[in-house]
Amino acid sequence: MMHVAPYVIAAWIFVVGLYGLVTTRNLIHAVLCLSVMQSSTYVLLLSIGFRRNAGAPIFSVDVPPGTPAVDPVMHALTLTDIVVGATVMALVLALTMQVHRKTGSIDPHKARSISG
Amino acid sequence: MTDRVRFALFAAGIVPLGVFLVWAVAGLSPFGYYPGPYGDVVNAIATAQRHVLNVATAVNFDYRGFDTLGEEYILFTSVAGLILILRERRQTQGKRTSLGETERADGVGALSLVLLPVIVVFGMYMAVHGGLTPGGGFQGGAIIASGFLLAYLGSGHPAFHAIGKIEILEVFESLGAAAYVVIGLAALGLGLSFLQNFMPLGGRGNLVSGGTIWAINIAVMLEVATGLVIALSEFLKEIEP
Repeated sequence: MMHVAPYVIAAWIFVVGLYGLVTTRNLIHAVLCLSVMQSSTYVLLLSIGFRRNAGAPIFSVDVPPGTPAVDPVMHALTLTDIVVGATVMALVLALTMQVHRKTGSIDPHKARSISG
Repeated sequence: MTDRVRFALFAAGIVPLGVFLVWAVAGLSPFGYYPGPYGDVVNAIATAQRHVLNVATAVNFDYRGFDTLGEEYILFTSVAGLILILRERRQTQGKRTSLGETERADGVGALSLVLLPVIVVFGMYMAVHGGLTPGGGFQGGAIIASGFLLAYLGSGHPAFHAIGKIEILEVFESLGAAAYVVIGLAALGLGLSFLQNFMPLGGRGNLVSGGTIWAINIAVMLEVATGLVIALSEFLKEIEP
């Protein structure tokens, strides 16, 4: 069970966020659900690159190159993931303000007749 | 679409998704047993090839430098889109939702302004040490922007907009975004591939080491810090008293 636990947790975070996105009546809540779904990818990426009894892929005098380390490619991908997530969230929140201005509501059910 | 139909669609979609997720997880190598080979190869060669000790930084700004260029421009475009939406909104609407200015103790305001330069210096420290320790341009830039947020929280709107002049920030943001591409093009000018590392690598473990990795980190720091402060500034103008 321990061999798949982090993958199961990543899937669970993704599905929980998806459920929130489907059932929400508030666009700001929807943006946060999207952010929860994205967090699942951080867990998944870091879990795939993890290696037992290995350190971070950062070497020094005490930890010379060649010491067992986890996959740095996954760390780099996660960094990209976080940056893109944060900036897109800011943009989507600005769009939410625009929806509120056009329709007077942030309930996605009421904001369907948006135009222009 | 009623809530019932919506939920039925969700239920119909989630079952196959669950099946696919179980299938996918079953095919992954067990947690803690990374199969390789890419991570191992990069870990083995990066310090010798690029003279940086943080291999994740080497991947981000050198081996995968082209992807990070795209990442930086996602940030740049998001901030530009955010500015467009919010400014258009303010110009056509005129009236803003004002939350009023909160009363703050003088000491809190003074402390927030004293801490700002300290946080900015710490952010720069994080960015220039990107090749040696955990850190880099993205982290350093985010730390610098947090200093400006603290200045707003402690001192309010007038101080924030006086420190973070949007005209100056926009110039620095463009400089940061352009510097990354210029470094890439400079390699082309020398007859190398786009974004190939052409600067002197420096001694392994030295502050200035890693060649273009070091330079790109500073460009990214400039772009991230100013981009985030601009986004912050545009959102704060929405609730200005």
